This record gives sequence, structure tokens and C-alpha cells, in this order.
Amino acid sequence: MSLDIKSIDIKPKRETFGHVERRIGEGKMASRYEEATFDIQPVANFHYRPYANPEFELYDQNKTSIKMEDWYKFLDPRQYHYASYVTARAKQQEVAEQNFVFVEKRNMLDVMPEDIKQEILNYVLPLRHYEWGANMNNLQLCSEGYGAAITNAYMFHAEDRLGNAQYLTRIGLLLSENEPAVLDDAKDKWLNDEAWQPLRKAMEDSFVLQDWFELHIAQNVIFDGFIHPLVFDKYEQELNQRGGTAQTMMTEFITSWNDESAKWIDMTVKVAALERDENKDLLNQWCKKYIDIASNAALAIAKNIVNNPEETVNNIQEQLVARLNKNGLNL
Amino acid sequence: MTMSTQKRKKRLNMKDKYKYMTRLGWETTYQDMDDVFPEDKFEGIKIHDWEAWEDPFRMTMDAYWKYQGEKDKKLYVIIDAFAQNNGQKNISDARYVSALKLFLTGVSPLEYQAHRGFANIARAFRGDGPRVACQMQAIDELRHVQTQIHTLSHYNKYFNGFSEWAHWHDNVWYLSVPKSFFDDARAAGPFEFIIAIGFSFEYVLTNLLFVPFMSGAAYNGDMATVTFGFSAQSDEARHMTLGLQAIKFLLEQDPANVPIVQKWIDKWTWRGYKVLGLVSAMMDYMLPDSPQSWKEAWELYFEQNTVALFKDLERYGITVPDCAATIKAEKDHISHQVWMTLYTHNAAAPFHTWIPDEKKMDWLSEKYPETFDKYYRPVYEHWNKLEKEGKRYYSEMLPQLCQTCQLPMLATEVEKGEPTQIAHRHTMYNNERFHFCSDHCQDIFENEPEKYIQSWLPVHQIFQGNCGGATLPEVLKWYKVEFGQDNLDYVGSQDQKMWKEWKGEA
Repeated sequence: MSLDIKSIDIKPKRETFGHVERRIGEGKMASRYEEATFDIQPVANFHYRPYANPEFELYDQNKTSIKMEDWYKFLDPRQYHYASYVTARAKQQEVAEQNFVFVEKRNMLDVMPEDIKQEILNYVLPLRHYEWGANMNNLQLCSEGYGAAITNAYMFHAEDRLGNAQYLTRIGLLLSENEPAVLDDAKDKWLNDEAWQPLRKAMEDSFVLQDWFELHIAQNVIFDGFIHPLVFDKYEQELNQRGGTAQTMMTEFITSWNDESAKWIDMTVKVAALERDENKDLLNQWCKKYIDIASNAALAIAKNIVNNPEETVNNIQEQLVARLNKNGLNL
Repeated sequence: MTMSTQKRKKRLNMKDKYKYMTRLGWETTYQDMDDVFPEDKFEGIKIHDWEAWEDPFRMTMDAYWKYQGEKDKKLYVIIDAFAQNNGQKNISDARYVSALKLFLTGVSPLEYQAHRGFANIARAFRGDGPRVACQMQAIDELRHVQTQIHTLSHYNKYFNGFSEWAHWHDNVWYLSVPKSFFDDARAAGPFEFIIAIGFSFEYVLTNLLFVPFMSGAAYNGDMATVTFGFSAQSDEARHMTLGLQAIKFLLEQDPANVPIVQKWIDKWTWRGYKVLGLVSAMMDYMLPDSPQSWKEAWELYFEQNTVALFKDLERYGITVPDCAATIKAEKDHISHQVWMTLYTHNAAAPFHTWIPDEKKMDWLSEKYPETFDKYYRPVYEHWNKLEKEGKRYYSEMLPQLCQTCQLPMLATEVEKGEPTQIAHRHTMYNNERFHFCSDHCQDIFENEPEKYIQSWLPVHQIFQGNCGGATLPEVLKWYKVEFGQDNLDYVGSQDQKMWKEWKGEA
């Protein structure tokens, strides 16, 4: 006797949405990243000009001088869509949390020399304002940028910067045993201490930039390209030798985040430069301009925290330039 | 090695701790604050103390990543299981899928717009509290558009009418209703945006959209949609809190803000209601099994809940918007009128329509005892007769659109007791005549004529030759709508044929 089990063969009519298929090829399965990214920003038939900026449409390619045939070339090498992004960060915060617990449990801050603690309060804690400024700038980029491939990444990057500011705040509170006056002191340093003024000026000037890709270069490529290696790499190397290992553990989130983000940032430079020579010229011009500003700002801080400030900043600059040239620029 | 190094630490309460984590801004001096924040003054709103607007979410980033990561893990497990088990076969009927088509083309793109809009105001406001709160909402809204795309992606593999949602949202005629709604809010100043979206839409009207949609999904066996709906619900609760916080903050800051805010409430309640006209048709007609009628939903979520809210706002001098009376009068008519318009213009819309069957008509009679049998059943019976004779009625005319809400002129003078008379208003501006569906749309136009003369009206654009050509096939090609596949009656459609095969009825 044979059993005749009836089943329906359900063949899909299509594997993905039309706009995704036109990009990845007919009959191909799309990834979650692709479906959550490609063409999700409106592109046509906008109804009204924005009151705040009637020169432009709501979403407008002309808000930057960079030109792209297709703004979806800025695909994120990390393939972050919301779920993959929060999952990655949830894991990282778990590691960071463990580090903080470890530092506290082992009383690691008790053995940290007082002068180092004071240095961190003076020259690292004010960076919470820098990270907040970077958060603002990335929200600006998310708001003004064109095409979800790059603006989605700006959204995630903005949240990361808020996270960085909060981790720095936590370090300050831990060092001061929850005495919030250290936050006021750090803000006072940011506002009035000579060492911080070039960086603060650079940030405030970036807040009024009109061209969003220029802002991206200034903030995410150049400013970060100096400040993060200086404070979270070079300075921490020196701190380690002086008994400040706990600091390295507490900034683990920030340093691993910076390594990861660099991959995405390099891609943005590479893709824009490769698109056309006019873009490349602009990028070279902007990078030069902001390298001058950022190296001065970094030097003013470096003088207080590393042994050979000029050499340190020059090394950082050389490495950054090499990185940018590797991604298609001529600096 | 540790001696008694344990010192007594100062304790921080949660509220202070959160404050330290988020009060990060400073008064700029190298650039003028007004240049750094150029957007938050031109609407005339007066703010004396930004500190008074606290972030109601009070979630630090590490906690946000953790909770949201867990939430998404659960959501995607269900989305995956639904796809693997061909969950689309378990829905009540393939007609139901039209509601999802409406959602992906009409609602999900609004989530995207909300994402960019909240990112914009998160940068534009000069207070730290609202900046943090608004960016949390901005990333949540990105979550919503992406989870909706991922959930509905599975339906797109089997059903027509999903595949070009992004293109349709920007181009297809009836979708200019939701698009113009959000473009309007996005083009406004930051305070109007948050009253329009954060308060009027999220707080006052969102229940009318989300609850019926998700209940509809549950009633019709669509577990994937139910799950993203539930998963979004905890985000929405935060968003509603922000909307309420925003309005109270504005009203408490300065009495001069009250009339400005009142004008926005009036405008956006009406604008939102007109968009929800599409939802009324979804609830009453697209769902094979309807948990609730549009009228019942309006009575519960607006007439009861919202009126209580307005009582609370009365002490600031805020009153229930005038349009509430019109909406109340229209609640017996709107869903039928919208569905009939979609039915007659179905040749140019990428989903299917149908005449309600006897069971559905009886349900409609029961839910709308004053109007359905009197005004609407006879029309369906007439169309049914035509259809049986092979003369399914498709209008060859393009409808006159309202300059403000962009809906076809389908509403009637129910408030004046003339429910069969089309409501039509007009006004002259710069020697040009503009047409409106209602007094409220006319008022909105007359308050901001320079804005609304810019409206991209699909019908006008077709006549001007900007939509691929003058004939229906040309326009459909421009729309990327496959004639006879994505559109026309459900009966005889590919969707129906496939459904019957799945159910062994072919």
C-alpha cells in the first residue's frame, strides 16, 4: 500500500523587492542588511520646501559639493541595520560592564597614583563634551545627508558617540567616588582651560558647517583621527607604564569601537574619492584644512599628557595621512 | 594585598545619575548659539528654561543597547519561524494581504520619515534633555521601518503588490496622502514637527492606527505582523510619553506659546485624521475578520481617551480642535466612502479591491445601522450586478484632489445633514483657484498658502504630462505597477488563484 501524502510545493514568485533586485541581480536572495538599506529614503516628488532651508528639497543631493552617481555605493562594511547594530553593541557593552565590575571589585583605582587620576580628570573627562559634539555632528549628518546607506550609519555613529560620552562620565564618577563636582570641573576645563580651547573652537566651528560631507571629513575622519589615537592609544600606553592600567580597561569600549568604526570611515573616503576626481580634490582640500586645525588642537592637549608631544602628534598625523592616501587621497 | 581600602562612596540616585550621563552640552562662545541652533526660534515659540524639558526615557546607551538587543533577538526568531513554516498560509484569507500592502507602502515609509525628522530635531533643539530623547526616538523609528520591511519581505515573495513599495510611496497617486502629511511635518519648524508627529500623531492618533492594525493581524492569523506590532509597542509607549512631555513643556514655558500650539493641534489632528481615512477602509473592508469597526475605534480612542487628555490640557487654555465635531459626524460614512473610491479607481492602485460579501455587508449593517443599508449597500448591490454581467466598474476619470490633504473629493456634507452631497470648498490665491474637501483643509491652506500652493498633486501632475504619459498604461508603467497583476479586482487575481491552490480549492 502506498501512502499519498499531499503537499503543496510553494515556490516564491520573487526573492526580494524590485529596487533591491535591480541592485543585486535578478533571482538573488537579499540580505537583511540590503533590504533594510537600499532605497528606503524618499527620492522624488517632495511636496513642500522646508521653512528652515527653502533653498533645498527635503532630501537633496546638492546639500554637499560631493557628487555621486549613486549614493547607495556607501554601503556599510559592517552591514549594520538596526538589529545587527544593537546586537553588536549589546555584546560590547557587556564586556565593558565586566571591565568596570573588575576594576571596582579589585579596587584597581585605589592603587592608581593620584597624579594619574587628576590627569585623567583634567585631560580625558572633558572629552565627554567632545563626544557630545561629535554626537551632534553625526545627528546633523543623519539629518542632512543623502541616501540611507550613509545616513543610517550616521544614526548608529551618533548613538555610539553618546555612549562614549556616557562611558567617560562613568569613569569620572568612578575616579571621584561619585563626586559630581568633577564633571563641573571638567566642563570648566573644556570651557576655559587653554589646552582645550583649540579643540573646542574646532568643534564649535564645525557646528555651523553647511556642507555635510565636509562636516563628515572634519569630525569623523580628521578630528577623531587625531583625538582618539592621542588619548585612547598613545596616552594610555604611557599610563600603563605609570600604573594606570585600570584606565585602559575602562576605555575598552571606546577603543574597540574606534577600530571598528575606522573600517566604515575608510570606506566612505574611498568610495567618494574613487567616484570622480572633483570629489578627490575636494576631499584633499578639506583634509588638509582640518589636519592643520586638528593637529594644533591635539598638540595643545598632548603637551599635558605625553612625553614627546610634537613627535606623538606628528606620528599620529603620519599614520592618518598614510591611511587616507591608502584610501585614495594625495596628502 | 588590599587592606581596608573600601571607602564609603557617595550614593547617586537614578535621576541624578541619569542627569550626569546626559547633561553634556555647553554655551558656545566661538560661534553664536543662534548660529549653532538656527532652527528653534523662527516659529515664534518662547523658551525660558530648556532644563525643564527632561528626557522621559531616562535610558543610558548601554541599557538601550542591552534591552533593544534582547527585544530584537526575540522578534527575529519569530520572523524566521514564520518564514520557515510558510506562515502566510495560515492567514484568514488572501484578501487580508491588501491591508499589509497598504501598510508597507503607506505607513512604513512614514516610519523612515519619522527617523530622519527626529534626527533633525535632536540636532536642532538647544536643550540637552530633548536632544537625547529625540535621538532615542530617531533610532527607534529606524528600527520600525526596518523590522516592518523584514517582516513583510516574506509576503513579498508570494504576493503581488509589495515589490515596489519604495517607488510607489514616492509616486503613486493615493500614497501622496501619507507622503504629503509627513513632508508637511518635515518641512515645518522643529516645534511644529514635534507637535505634529510627537503629540498629534503619536499621542492622539497612533492608537487608531496601531491597535486596529495589530488586532486585525491577530484576528486574521498573521502572527508575524502581530509580533512586530507588539515589539514596537514598548518603543511607542516611550514616544507617546515624549509627545505629551513636549506639549506640556511648550505650554508651561510661556502663555504666548498657547495660541501657536493650539493652531498646530487643530491642523495636525485634521491632517492625521485624513491620513487615517485609509485605515478606516482597511479596518472595515480589507480585514476578512474585523475585530472592531472604524466607528467603534474612533469612539474609544478619540471620543473617550483623547477628550480626557484635552480636559487635562484645558488648564493651559487648550481646547478640543473644532474638527473633532466634523470627524464625529463623518464616523458613520468615511470608511465606506474611502473604500468605494479605492474600488472605483482600482485600475491605478497596486492592491486588490472587492465588493464585500453578504456576511461582511451584514456586519457593516450591524456596525453602521444609521447609514450602511441606506446609503452604501444599494451601491454595492448595483456594482455587484454589473460585475456579474462582466462589467466590473472601473472609473476612467481622475478624481479632483484636495489641495491640502490630497485625498480625492470623496467626503460629503454629513455635518450639514446632506450625506450624498460632495463637500467642495475653494479659495482664490494669487489669481489661482484652489480646491478643498472641507472647511478644515481650506483653513489650513489659508494659514500657510505659500506652503500649500507647492503641493505635488498626482492628478495635476498626470495631466501636465509628468507621470509617464496621458494614458493609463503609460502612467502604470511609470508607477512600475504591473497591470492585471498588482491591481484590479481580487476575484480573478493571481493572489486569489495562488490562495485557492494553497487551500486545495483550485
